[in-house]
Amino acid sequence: MIDFEIPAKIKQELIMVEMVASQVMRPRSRYLDEHEHERPTDFINTMWPAVKEQNRRQIEGLKQNGAAAKEKSGPSTAILRLILLIEQMSWGDAGQYLCVPGGGLGGAAVEAVGTPEQKIRFLSRFAEGDEPSWGAMAITEPDAGSDNSSMRTTAVLDPETNEWIINGEKIFITSGSLSLKESNGFCVVWATVDPKAGRGGIKSFIVEGHTPGVTVSPGLEKLGIRASDTVILTFEDVRVPYDNLLGSAEVREQKGTEGFAGAMKTFDASRPAVAASAMGIARAALEFAKEKLAEVGVTVDYTKPAHKMTSVERDIIMMEGLYKSAWLLTLKSVAAMMHGEGNRLEASMSKAHAGMAVTKISQKAVELLGPLGYSREILAEKFMRDAKINDIYEGTRQINLLIVARAILGYSRKELK
Amino acid sequence: MLDFRLDEEQKMLTDTIHRFAEERVRKVFRHADEDGKIPADVLKAGWEIGVLPSFIPEDFGGFGAPSAVTAAVAYEEFAYGDLAIALNILGSSAVAMAVLRAGTEAQKESHLPLFCEEKLPRVAAAITEPTILYDPFDLKTRATPEGDEVVLNGVKSVVPLADQADTLLIYVNEGGQTQAYFVPADAPGLKLGDRDKLMGIRALPTFKLHLDNVRVPVENRLGGDAGINFGLLLNYSRVAMAAMAVGMARAGYEYARDYAKQRIQFGEPIAHRQSIAFMLAEMAIDIDGARMMVWEAAWKLDQGQEATQEVTVMKHFVDDIVMTVADRALQTLGGYGYIREYPVELWFRNARGFVTFDGLASA
Repeated sequence: MIDFEIPAKIKQELIMVEMVASQVMRPRSRYLDEHEHERPTDFINTMWPAVKEQNRRQIEGLKQNGAAAKEKSGPSTAILRLILLIEQMSWGDAGQYLCVPGGGLGGAAVEAVGTPEQKIRFLSRFAEGDEPSWGAMAITEPDAGSDNSSMRTTAVLDPETNEWIINGEKIFITSGSLSLKESNGFCVVWATVDPKAGRGGIKSFIVEGHTPGVTVSPGLEKLGIRASDTVILTFEDVRVPYDNLLGSAEVREQKGTEGFAGAMKTFDASRPAVAASAMGIARAALEFAKEKLAEVGVTVDYTKPAHKMTSVERDIIMMEGLYKSAWLLTLKSVAAMMHGEGNRLEASMSKAHAGMAVTKISQKAVELLGPLGYSREILAEKFMRDAKINDIYEGTRQINLLIVARAILGYSRKELK
Repeated sequence: MLDFRLDEEQKMLTDTIHRFAEERVRKVFRHADEDGKIPADVLKAGWEIGVLPSFIPEDFGGFGAPSAVTAAVAYEEFAYGDLAIALNILGSSAVAMAVLRAGTEAQKESHLPLFCEEKLPRVAAAITEPTILYDPFDLKTRATPEGDEVVLNGVKSVVPLADQADTLLIYVNEGGQTQAYFVPADAPGLKLGDRDKLMGIRALPTFKLHLDNVRVPVENRLGGDAGINFGLLLNYSRVAMAAMAVGMARAGYEYARDYAKQRIQFGEPIAHRQSIAFMLAEMAIDIDGARMMVWEAAWKLDQGQEATQEVTVMKHFVDDIVMTVADRALQTLGGYGYIREYPVELWFRNARGFVTFDGLASA
């Protein structure tokens, strides 16, 4: 039944997160933007106890029910909760949000394809300890961006020690330093066990924090989301135990393209998450522009006919249309997951549209505020810089359009390149 | 709980309408546009699906309750078949739903049973006016009270089926507020004008209407003494029209998608090219986003929430994407898109109309 209602429990929690966003994140936004490689410690320390508690409950559930936990009937609101929290945190500050402690994309990969034992082994760290820890995900390489199946990082099994030996370079890794150098977290590293096998050879491995052979580069210097930790990771003869290979026995025995499918499965959840983050920034830019305009007496009358509207009114209504369509597509991709339905098409649709929408909305917000909008004294220009990454990471708009196009046309990769 | 799946009843309804669209409407719609009229048997079959009576409570002869969400789902499917035919079948909803949502008990009792009969109801609503400065909240057609009567003066345009109507619901400016009056077709001073010559929806007869000192009793005012909350009624109407825009956009998109898969150039289907495939992908995304906005606005109205901002934003977005999608559908067909033997130019002409289509149907 068509229903747009958000459960009251989640709404309650969102009020708390909004407080964190406006009282902890926003006051540090400008400072952290201008001090690129400093960590948002206020935000991290505020969030860690809550993240820990949430994860503790999840791990306990895993321990009690094992695999059965997933089989429980009724829609799962966990993903909806996560998406809404991401939107609200990104409204606060998209760069700081990306530093939220916990599993992140790496944790999501473990949840998507890990065995129950692996989930408990790797995710428990996010449920305990005084010091926060992070998860990260490393797929992209300098020469393997959208074409991630051509990755060159290798994993070779050493039969004597039953360890995997990983060699290669990964780039644009969010929370790469936080997960591997600054905490006892982990990074999910995608590598091929058989470079000739293409997709079939690609598997994912857990590399834990402080593992010898891992080099973490200094933070990359970026257009926006400067509070976010983005690094290059180099793996030189990095040894990890055999059981750090993520996934079921089938995956481990190298049958088919299950390993690569695992990465794609992670995207089904991570793309709506990026769309949600985009929408948080879009809402921030939109609200900010409307507030600033209202301060000087420029408001929108939603009952005027077109011939009576000002161009500012038309622009804002256009921005709100883009915003709403993208946000509702995001919720649609989430609702499909909640109800246990496939959402690959919807995930790419929401990501492609949200990345475009936030890009346009944030640019328009700067434009509408005139000379003030361009000033680094207010946040509009920061929203515009932060926004653009959402049109790129977790698959550029173009790659997501390609996925959408193939799906609606029923085409394979060969038919539609 | 967040959910965007149709319920069983909505599924059955859309399946039925979809069959009607494919088996009846699509067989005649191209000719109907050229001829300027719709075969009576198609209209009859569409009416017999019984969508409108399903929104009218039993007390008034129907068998259901109003639901803007269900209306949005159903209207989309009708317009997927053809917009002009959909508006002919569903146009009386503009009167029925206004009476149901804003009428006095007496008005409901006298008017609603009309919409639950076997034949299409002979009513029409008149909102738009033939001026660039058309503003539904500041109409040029005026109502001036005189004792127990009001005197109506002005010109209306795009009044669907006004030639066949026994009763018209005419929206007027009364002291700066938009109100509506029931006017019998034979009221002195009410003159049926020329049939409109429109760019699109040519199968649907619409007319100008001249009001020259038309006198009606004050009790003909919709909603009685209290009158109507016109903004609310307009919201319901805009949800209905936007749902139809989504349906028509879908028609163009699906046609272009299928065409692109079978049109061979350079030895392979043109859909193998990203320039075509990406257009189609963006069309699909825009349509899905638009539909979600229509549903959300409809859902808010069903919940009794204030939704004027959502509806306005939705209307602008949907009016824009229906035109863009139709344009891209035509572009996908290239030269054939420009030829009237193919349906795409029809959708292209219809699409632009949504910016001016106020009050042709209601949810």
